[in-house]
Amino acid sequence: MKQSLLYLLLFTTGVVLALAGMMPEALLDSAISKWVLYLLLLLVGIQIGSGKNLFTALKRYGARIMLVPLGTTVGTFGGVALVSLLLPERSLAECMSVGAGFAYYSLSSILITEFRGAELGTIALLANIMREFSVLILTPWMVKKFGMLAPISAGGATTMDTTLPIITKYAGSEYMVIALFHGMIIDFSVPLWVSFFLSL
Amino acid sequence: MLSIFLSVVSGILVGYLLRKTALVKYVGNLLSVVIMLLLFFLGVSVGINQQVVNNFASIGMEAFILTVGGTMGSLLCAKLIYLKFFKKRGE
Repeated sequence: MKQSLLYLLLFTTGVVLALAGMMPEALLDSAISKWVLYLLLLLVGIQIGSGKNLFTALKRYGARIMLVPLGTTVGTFGGVALVSLLLPERSLAECMSVGAGFAYYSLSSILITEFRGAELGTIALLANIMREFSVLILTPWMVKKFGMLAPISAGGATTMDTTLPIITKYAGSEYMVIALFHGMIIDFSVPLWVSFFLSL
Repeated sequence: MLSIFLSVVSGILVGYLLRKTALVKYVGNLLSVVIMLLLFFLGVSVGINQQVVNNFASIGMEAFILTVGGTMGSLLCAKLIYLKFFKKRGE
């Protein structure tokens, strides 16, 4: 939560400084940002690869644990495709790329900005922050109405870090391993799905 | 897209090989720093972009609609999978 606020604060500071005309446009006009992006992706990979929970979870639950990230992916894309009808000025692929952030707002917004510009990037930032936020405040309701796996699916890629404590608290500690496993799989899939939809 | 895939996969490989060393402990912090830097610059590119600034309310609304769609869809799938495959009797 604290980290999310810090991220948001930095984003806002950037907006304010630019609005005040204190940021020269030339600052953004470089190949550096692309290399920093690849560095980011490399680091995300290292974090996934060095995690120990992947195999423990697989051993304990077997193949059925794969159903959880699968459900998250199918449900998200289905829901986004449906509401994209309300946004006629956006293409389905653009909507899907925003949905494919799975609450991983930093990575998805940075990727989308790089390849599709700041407008869609900002939509991705806001939409995916809202998704994380919904888990932080609505987990008790989600568990009651949709069962123990609900906050895990809603949490998307964040279930291995920021939303893990609240999920464990309301769904019970036996769902912690599932949340970690799910977060890792979705984490890995975010850059792939986002770049896939942007390449369409 | 290929370079994105290769970046993540090579990261996973490096992470797996280094998983027992102390080095990976710092990856989380380094990651946070890089994200902060990039989000700051995303903020700057938003602030410079007049079109985004002027349309901020409608951009926020679009984001909200997409969030509701994606989240509700995933909640429904999660319910289905929970009832069919995870719920224990009496729970």
